[in-house]
Amino acid sequence: MAEFLTDLLAWFGDNWSGSTGYITRTWEHLWVSGWAVLAAMGVAMPLASWLGHARRGGILAISVVNVGRALPSFGIVALSLPVTIRIARNVPFIDSGLGFLPTFVALFALALPPIFTNTYTGVRNVSPEAVEAARGMGFRGTGILWKVELPLASPVILAGIRTSSVQVVATATLGALVAYGGLGRYIIDGFALRDNVTIFAGALLVAALSVLTEVAFSIAERWLVPRPLRNVGTQQRPEAAASVAR
Amino acid sequence: MTLVAEAFVDWGWIGDNLDEIWDKVAEHLVLTGIALGVGLAISLALAALALRFRRSYTPITWMTGTLYSIPSLALFAFLVPITGFTTLTAEIGLVSYTLLILIRNIVAGIDGVPPDIKEAAVGMGYGRLRLFFEIELPLALPVIVAGMRIAAVTTIGLVTVTALIGKGGLGFFILRGLQRFFSTVGSTEILIGTLLSVVLAVIVDVGLLLLERALTPWARRKVA
Repeated sequence: MAEFLTDLLAWFGDNWSGSTGYITRTWEHLWVSGWAVLAAMGVAMPLASWLGHARRGGILAISVVNVGRALPSFGIVALSLPVTIRIARNVPFIDSGLGFLPTFVALFALALPPIFTNTYTGVRNVSPEAVEAARGMGFRGTGILWKVELPLASPVILAGIRTSSVQVVATATLGALVAYGGLGRYIIDGFALRDNVTIFAGALLVAALSVLTEVAFSIAERWLVPRPLRNVGTQQRPEAAASVAR
Repeated sequence: MTLVAEAFVDWGWIGDNLDEIWDKVAEHLVLTGIALGVGLAISLALAALALRFRRSYTPITWMTGTLYSIPSLALFAFLVPITGFTTLTAEIGLVSYTLLILIRNIVAGIDGVPPDIKEAAVGMGYGRLRLFFEIELPLALPVIVAGMRIAAVTTIGLVTVTALIGKGGLGFFILRGLQRFFSTVGSTEILIGTLLSVVLAVIVDVGLLLLERALTPWARRKVA
């Protein structure tokens, strides 16, 4: 036990720098996660806020929640690989279907459901009185969406982005299986070599990054939510409808 | 540029490997069943504790919430140095993820039983145990089953990850497909493993819903 802890400490001393060091690996991990969440926001938010504004597509929102929960993240990451390999073979400016691309595609798909459903329900659940009042003040369609519905929905939307991000950072670990870097590298390589110290160090790094992501978003949410909507208390902190274990 | 239209699915593979597919479906269901059974037993005990001693509810949800937030691969990786590449490692991980959902729903379900109904039961001479088993538990059943459904669907998805520690049910096909991803057989295996996992999740979800309907016949009368 004591020997294991000494080895573990030594591991953290020996493996911080270079292209396979944990600083680079952490950066790779965040790089693919960030792009995946941003892309998912770009796709899901306009569609969901329009549907919520028009008060349409309730069934779509519910099915997104249920399907999202049933998707095995491991399967989605694996499934992306043969897809991106075929894309890379046929599109001249993509040079590799390995590594970043399949990881990005899988994480993008997994990031969509929480952002979509939270944006949709957030906009949809804005009280009709607030919308009515805005209309009385002379706001029209997009004005109501931008100036009334989206700000009022922002705590719920941000909760969706937080859930997606935490889930994406967790699942990016599996990117190591499709030849990407990231912190999952240590766990997967450790499994292959039956190297308990590397496995455990990788697990610590992944868990720490996951917790830090959650904390960073909680702090960011406090600043991004419009002032009058803050301080609703932790009891009422909105949770994502499509939260899943990863 | 010529488009390489390479087949993604080798339909013949499915027919040739039906026996193995059945074996892995069965393994998948056994891994899920054990995780849900053990998870439910632990959750009932912890929920009972939380209901009896209110102040224990916060630390219980905090602890199970922390377990829930650890990425699955990291949780299995934490356990491998201790329990090795075993079914025990897989089950400890899988059970951990069911606890938060189940405990929350059991407590919420029992809390949601209307006080006047409990009072009526006490007035009719029900003791504490009888009140729990004959009034509170049946009335909380829809909420508890709702938690079971979420836990079951989540667990079925997570079982595939245990392929990386040598178990995995349908995850076995996903991992083996990944090792020969460049071939049509590889993509077929990945697709079949993923699709069947989703199908299992949907079947179990609907099954639990039907079970709930069967166990709460009084709820149907309200709708009619």
